[in-house]
Amino acid sequence: MNKPKIALYWCASCGGCEEAQVDLAEKILDLVNLVDIVFWPVAMDYKLEDVEKLPDGSITASLINGGIRLSEHEYVVKLLRKKSKLVVAYGACSAWGGVPGLANLYSREEILKYVYHEAPTVENPQKIQPQLKIKAEEGATLELPEVFPRLLPLDLVVDVDYYIPGCPPTPDVTWKAIETLLSGNLPAKGSVLGALDKSLCYDCPLNETKPEKVLIKDIKRPHEVIADPSKCLLTQGLMCLGPVTRGGCGALCIKAAMPCTGCFGPLNEVMDYGGKAASYFASIIDYSDEEEIKKVLGKILDPMGIFYRYSLPASRLRGKITVMRR
Amino acid sequence: MNQNFEPKIIAFLCNWCSYAALDLAGTSRMKYPPNFLVVRVMCSGRVDPQFVLEAFRRGADGVLVAGCHPGDCHYIEGNIKTLRRMTLLKRMLEEFGIEKERFRLEWISAAEADKFVKVANEMFEQIKALGPLKLKEVNTHE
Ligand code: SF4
Ligand code: SF4
Ligand code: FES
Repeated sequence: MNKPKIALYWCASCGGCEEAQVDLAEKILDLVNLVDIVFWPVAMDYKLEDVEKLPDGSITASLINGGIRLSEHEYVVKLLRKKSKLVVAYGACSAWGGVPGLANLYSREEILKYVYHEAPTVENPQKIQPQLKIKAEEGATLELPEVFPRLLPLDLVVDVDYYIPGCPPTPDVTWKAIETLLSGNLPAKGSVLGALDKSLCYDCPLNETKPEKVLIKDIKRPHEVIADPSKCLLTQGLMCLGPVTRGGCGALCIKAAMPCTGCFGPLNEVMDYGGKAASYFASIIDYSDEEEIKKVLGKILDPMGIFYRYSLPASRLRGKITVMRR
Repeated sequence: MNQNFEPKIIAFLCNWCSYAALDLAGTSRMKYPPNFLVVRVMCSGRVDPQFVLEAFRRGADGVLVAGCHPGDCHYIEGNIKTLRRMTLLKRMLEEFGIEKERFRLEWISAAEADKFVKVANEMFEQIKALGPLKLKEVNTHE
């Protein structure tokens, strides 16, 4: 019998998702026994032409990580959509834009100008900037993919069947999700695979030390305190986003005495993770006077980076409106 | 300024104070611009920042959240939570590129019909001067 076919692809991402897949360690061998991997640029030598030659719908599932930022990403994910029965957004960037999605606060022109001309580490006296097409001296035409005006999560470009959360998804979550995908017993379309439907606090070993009602007088950034690893980090003034973040990672950061930054994303009913997270966090500031409130919240130097760290392109407004409008 | 532009302003008003103020303004035959689409909520504390973001997303040119004065909330501190939330939201709206005149949090008691009218007129004028936000179609890929 033919084994199910799986494709793995990367778009605008950091490579951490591939790391996580490789971190399946010896389970990778189980995986290779169960499926044929037909495309995996980081580890295998199949080319895009090989995918183009496959019959439509012949790949059981394509796991795609990274946000869509280049015309090349768009081409490949549309191709994989056509060739696959299931398309899965793997990791935070693919699901909601991720850290690279914070670039939606700036226009493409601002980004290119900074990266190629202004960044302190850049020396570019000839003012070279990549072009879409150039004629090389030898006569050949060279092309580069286009940078899109903004980054989009996968589901704004192609139809997505499932989501696997995390930055990156842990090997455990990845394996659980793959088992579900191969089981034939598929959950409702749009479901999040491999994680919990409850918040991280539910799964957190420090939850029993968290009082019924948390109120804080001051916000502490991680470098400002040595956290007591046996006490709910939120009660110590650290900005733990556990209460509004999907559980399933096994409280990895908390176990290292670091507050959760929200990489498993929103729970099912939330429509804007950043809005929800900001709402929850502001409401526990223990002052009623506007100036005091402002002062404490002022310790959050970069609210967009904190609350939308993984999800700006999936937010209601998708990014800075002057960037979004065009 | 585009004279034909009629701003669409969503107003989340708490049932016990600000909505009653709007009612009083009406029964007292006070005039205010008809551009406010009112959503009555039991308490300003019901207004999740997500509602404000969703309103802008769906084409609002401005959003007003109004509730009882501090100390007067019928659920004790719903409006204080709102104050905390909206204080943070204001900073984030600014980073989203939404001018600060487009979003306001006000305390308006049931007797302050005149304050409601004043706030409504000010918001209307300011937003009319700013022009439309044009945010309806951010969902599609160009
Ligand atoms: S707030 Fe953070 S540290 Fe506290 S119980 Fe929730 S996840 Fe754990
Ligand atoms: S604790 Fe939070 S940030 Fe850390 S892995 Fe879990 S979900 Fe991600
Ligand atoms: S009841 Fe009016 S603000 Fe709470």
